[in-house]
Amino acid sequence: MLETLKDSVNADAPLVRRGRWVNLTFLLGIDDEDFLVTIAEGKVESVAPRRLATDTGRFTIRAGKETWAEHWSVMPKRDYHDIWSMLPKGLAKIDGDLLPLMQNLQYFKDVIASPRRKEA
Amino acid sequence: MPEFEPITGRYFTMDVDGKPCRIYVEEAGTGIPLVCLHTAGSDARQYRHLLCDPAITDHYRVIAFDLPWHGKSNPPPGFRETEYKLTTDLYKETVMAFCAAYELDAPVIMGCSMGGRVVLHLALEQADYFKAVIALEGSDKLDAYYDLDWLHRPDVHGGEIASAFVSAQVAPQSPDLYRWETLWHYMQGGPGIFKGDLYFYWHDGDFDDRSPLIDTSKCPVYLLSGEYDSSCTPERTQATAARIAGSKATVMQGIGHFPMSENPELFRGFILPVLDEIRGN
Repeated sequence: MLETLKDSVNADAPLVRRGRWVNLTFLLGIDDEDFLVTIAEGKVESVAPRRLATDTGRFTIRAGKETWAEHWSVMPKRDYHDIWSMLPKGLAKIDGDLLPLMQNLQYFKDVIASPRRKEA
Repeated sequence: MPEFEPITGRYFTMDVDGKPCRIYVEEAGTGIPLVCLHTAGSDARQYRHLLCDPAITDHYRVIAFDLPWHGKSNPPPGFRETEYKLTTDLYKETVMAFCAAYELDAPVIMGCSMGGRVVLHLALEQADYFKAVIALEGSDKLDAYYDLDWLHRPDVHGGEIASAFVSAQVAPQSPDLYRWETLWHYMQGGPGIFKGDLYFYWHDGDFDDRSPLIDTSKCPVYLLSGEYDSSCTPERTQATAARIAGSKATVMQGIGHFPMSENPELFRGFILPVLDEIRGN
């Protein structure tokens, strides 16, 4: 699903507008694999696997592959439907500098949810 | 003339904690008084659909007020010199002051989230006064899961962060129109108000040690919680119900933490039978 993230965000003009002050890279973890998601003025520039030990981002959001699959399903089950529900349930973890995440929380939640399928 | 809604909005002043508080209140209907308490960080606009529902207002006088510091109610004089923090005692005093000012006789009281918590306190301490209590998304205890300081600091927008936190509590099935109206109320909250309310909801208002003392034969207790509520989860509601002998608990499928405002049509199907039962129908 992650391969669709860039196009789905960049095609969503209101979402890009809401994130127009965001310029950073964050890490999205799926099982043991991390991906660097680079944002410039609200648009996703790239989504790339973490290759070097020095590749990092301002903050990290990690969850298991099956958790993300449920998060991105058409109608996610309870606890999987939002990162802020996945956290208290222990389904996701966040680390790093949380300030830019908190300053743009709805934007980042929507960016990460953007690969969600629209139809079954 | 426009087609007015049946809601009447008024202001009055009552003393709370020794200070005059200008209160905004909306009401509609006639019959048994039904006092409605909004969630933390929001205001009584959450109840507008109940206030406009003849199936309810034909039998109940629905009254929804904004707590001091919330909505169109003012903070008390001198508020700039204090940090807002809702304590259990202050919350109970506010609700009882409101009921006394309105001279209500045997009202039903319904609250959501922190309102759903305080009505449990009232079911124990004011059992002779209230006809029944309805706790929406109300449990007697919760576990904190984020640092409340994020809600009130100059480098994070208070309204946007409050909305972004609670948007997780709206069920994905809820109509976008009502989801964003519910979140708009959070975006409009005053600085530090959501945080100050959560002091009660997450810390000061724990009640699991005393909820077993509630006598539901004197004051019936109804608990209704949404499937997608990740703070007052269905499990926490059921655990609360297990501690309150005679209480009646319902898990509302396809609803989150804001049943009356996020999906009013679906909520209707759950609340109408409760209100019918309370009025003995």
